[in-house]
Amino acid sequence: MKTTEVVLQASALGKSFSRKGKAPVIALDALSLRVKAGAVTGLVGPDGAGKTTLLRLAAGLLLPDAGSISVLGLDSASQAIEIQSRIGYMPQQFGLYQDLSVQENLELYADLQAVPLSLRPSRFAELLQMTGLGDFQKRRAGALSGGMKQKLGLACSLIKKPRMLLLDEPTVGVDPVSRRDLWQIVYKMVADEGIGVLMATSYLDEADRCAEVVVLYEGRKLAEGTPAEFRDKLKGRVFTLTPPAGGPPPRLLQTHLAGQPGIIDVMIRSGRVRCVVEAELAARLKSGHSELFPAAAYDKIELSEPSFEDAFMALVPKADLRPKNAASLSPEPDPVPGAVSRRDEIMVSAHNLTKNFGAFTAVREISFEVGKGEIFGLLGPNGAGKSTTFRMLCGLLKVSGGEVQVAGRDLRRAGSRARAQLGYMAQVFSLYRQLPVRSNLEFYGRAYGLSGARLRQRINWALDEFHLRGREESPAGLLPAGYRQRLAMATALLHEPAILFLDEPTSGADPLARREFWLRISGFAAQGVTVVVTTHFMEEAEYCDRLLIMSRGTELVQGAPAAIRRLAQSPENPEPTVEDAFIVLAEGRLPAAAPTGAQGVES
Amino acid sequence: MLVLRRIMALIVKEFITIMRDPKSRFVVIGPPLIQFFVFGYAATFDVTRVRYAVLDEARTSESRQLLAAVDGSQHFRRVRNLTAERQIDEVINLQEARMVIHLGPDFSRRLLSGEQAPLQVIVDGRNSNVAAVALGYVSAIVQQYNAQRQTGFILKNSSVMGPRLVGRAWFNANLLSRWYIVAALGGTISMVVVMILTSLSVAREREFGTFDQLLVAPFTSGEILLAKAIPGITFGLLDSLFLAAAGVWWFAVPFRGTIAALIVTLFIFMLSIVGLGLFVSALSTTMQQALLGSFAFIMPAVILSGFTTPIENMPGWLQIATYANPMRYVVRVLRQIFLEGADLSLVGPQLWPLCIIAALILPPAAWLFRHRSQ
Repeated sequence: MKTTEVVLQASALGKSFSRKGKAPVIALDALSLRVKAGAVTGLVGPDGAGKTTLLRLAAGLLLPDAGSISVLGLDSASQAIEIQSRIGYMPQQFGLYQDLSVQENLELYADLQAVPLSLRPSRFAELLQMTGLGDFQKRRAGALSGGMKQKLGLACSLIKKPRMLLLDEPTVGVDPVSRRDLWQIVYKMVADEGIGVLMATSYLDEADRCAEVVVLYEGRKLAEGTPAEFRDKLKGRVFTLTPPAGGPPPRLLQTHLAGQPGIIDVMIRSGRVRCVVEAELAARLKSGHSELFPAAAYDKIELSEPSFEDAFMALVPKADLRPKNAASLSPEPDPVPGAVSRRDEIMVSAHNLTKNFGAFTAVREISFEVGKGEIFGLLGPNGAGKSTTFRMLCGLLKVSGGEVQVAGRDLRRAGSRARAQLGYMAQVFSLYRQLPVRSNLEFYGRAYGLSGARLRQRINWALDEFHLRGREESPAGLLPAGYRQRLAMATALLHEPAILFLDEPTSGADPLARREFWLRISGFAAQGVTVVVTTHFMEEAEYCDRLLIMSRGTELVQGAPAAIRRLAQSPENPEPTVEDAFIVLAEGRLPAAAPTGAQGVES
Repeated sequence: MLVLRRIMALIVKEFITIMRDPKSRFVVIGPPLIQFFVFGYAATFDVTRVRYAVLDEARTSESRQLLAAVDGSQHFRRVRNLTAERQIDEVINLQEARMVIHLGPDFSRRLLSGEQAPLQVIVDGRNSNVAAVALGYVSAIVQQYNAQRQTGFILKNSSVMGPRLVGRAWFNANLLSRWYIVAALGGTISMVVVMILTSLSVAREREFGTFDQLLVAPFTSGEILLAKAIPGITFGLLDSLFLAAAGVWWFAVPFRGTIAALIVTLFIFMLSIVGLGLFVSALSTTMQQALLGSFAFIMPAVILSGFTTPIENMPGWLQIATYANPMRYVVRVLRQIFLEGADLSLVGPQLWPLCIIAALILPPAAWLFRHRSQ
């Protein structure tokens, strides 16, 4: 197998998109890169870095403004048709026909790609076996789970054995089991057929699985190399801090450390605080002198192996968009000393919550309770029933069975006074796009009864806290995605709600925005705000006090992150992640003695 | 106080979203103007300048006299002189002329000898209305021609004259169909505008997800209904009053009733239309559904309103159905106000059914806001 063959080569590639009445957006700027056959090359970078544009240019769907890109030795501008007949391209939204069955979708794509009839039976069998869709041949594509849809999409783009595969974030929102399956399919194609794969991803842990990684930032190549090369640069600068048992939750420590001088990145991994620091601070830490890390606050401070994610965070320039520690919500400046969580005061409860859509049960007998000041996470892949549960909690959806109480009342029946206590942030941006930022804030402020000086004060707080100054007059719909998310959250918090409902607030956000978001949430929870949040990112479980993992409408497990992680503990995997636990539970490999159920797992 | 401020904020927001959205702005201003002129000029029952052809085989002074009378009327325009009978097929089939007048070779001979002189008129029945009206005009011209010949004959023979028909049309002396159309036009056009505007209002918020945000906020369904209804009523009222004024100034349609009657009628009418629009909107989950839904209402509503074709001509069961149609009442009332000079007390009997329609449709619309998404 020739592993040195170059399947894609871009040289000085440039592409910009014109906007009505504004300066054009530069999507790619003088980008040069090569993708080798027989390997997976990862394309990572924040939103708007130009990942999708690059893939579309490679597939011959866009014409470059400058430079050139050649795929399999063919020029994408002049030989787009030839390229398209030799490659497989899987866009973010793969064009599956929802009303056709799995088999019919495969046949349709085989027709479109002119796969000879004689080759089809064996190819279909191979793909169905590889994707594990063999049992679902007759099922409508629209009725498949998110992960199965992605696998079918991948199967359709592999239908005529492409020599190169372009994948645009194929694993977004997919459950961990399917994510692992998708990777296995890709690896198999690379090993068996020696094809070259270029895969854009927003999951930084996936970059570690690639042979080579290219980091894009604002249309330019920031760095490239093997994951090991990236990791090596950070050797000696990553520390894991173990908080003392019974002390404050790690997310309070994280909030405290984030943005301090010398600290590049702080996150929570497996219940411990992971810290990427500047070289100078690392030296001081190693010698044991740092006022930032008082010995009393931590049991242990140890050096850790860097991951690609650490390297990425150190690489990407960060504007100071740190939340101001939500200090204006409360007079207490330092949240570290004590947790505010008061479990005795139940703010949100669900009991045997069930929702049927016709014959389909979207949510089956979910029960949980959320105490004041707690961050409660509803985790699960797309289609697990999180949003349905969530909408029932908010009174937006009728309950088919069971009970819901928010602040002691059923929101579907409770009057407007009960609703005034909660803040809500929907999954899709749901503010008035044509209204400017300030008008949106004013409208929602007034909707919740704010007026006069109080309204002005809160709007000023929101503009400062969420770094929206200078954008007050731009229509909300024209804001960049990250700012929209901030505005949505600012709106939800304007009236200082006691309970905050956040539906997939980090979906579609890049790693930087997600960190910023969770820091804020921790800050608000520390002030006593009760937070119910849904997410499909398993690693975000660590930011929650307690969580409920859902799969196919039912509860998989419930409890504190540490307790859930322990379920997957084994001699081979002494420090499992929540994602490992999900895989163990989803595959039914649960240790026999492990507790499940509503109150089963407690830390 | 708190509630009032909250509602005001919502109403202001509704107005701003309509005014800031180029599409909504256009719906309020563009189509009403276009439709006003299109209907005002094009929608008329008056038949004028009908293309016709002549096959005159007589070619005498009598035949020319008769044809001169036809040419002299504003209703007909001669486009061709035929020379053979077979050409008749051709001009009618190809719609070169809508009517052919055929005078036989013995026309004058029969006329002068006191016999019946047949005159053949062939009309294109594909447009039955034009055909019937054109035939009517020709027969009137022929009668007049006969009468003139008789007068000449009688003067010569000094005999007595018969009874003479003297017709007068009340309310519309010249029987201008434009008066009939334009008087009711304001109601029709503003109905379309308000229907589209309100049917999109909730559906747009559903599609963009902003409706959930509203439902989670402390607004009650009634408050949302109120805030959604007010801009619809306002723009509908402004549109229809503007069109009424334009009808008077531009098309010189008389305005004989009272302005109070006009405003009260339009307001109550708008209330019922806003109710229907919001009902359609609350049922829809996308703007496309809302638009299809409102057109499913608009087309039959216009046809069954008596706007163009009289309700009395419809079959009995359909006439009963028109009682549920708000358009029926407003078309009638607008003509009463414009042409008959009706005031509030006269239009009253037509207004309470509109009130009932509004009262029946608004509560379920509000109920659907919260209960549509099951």
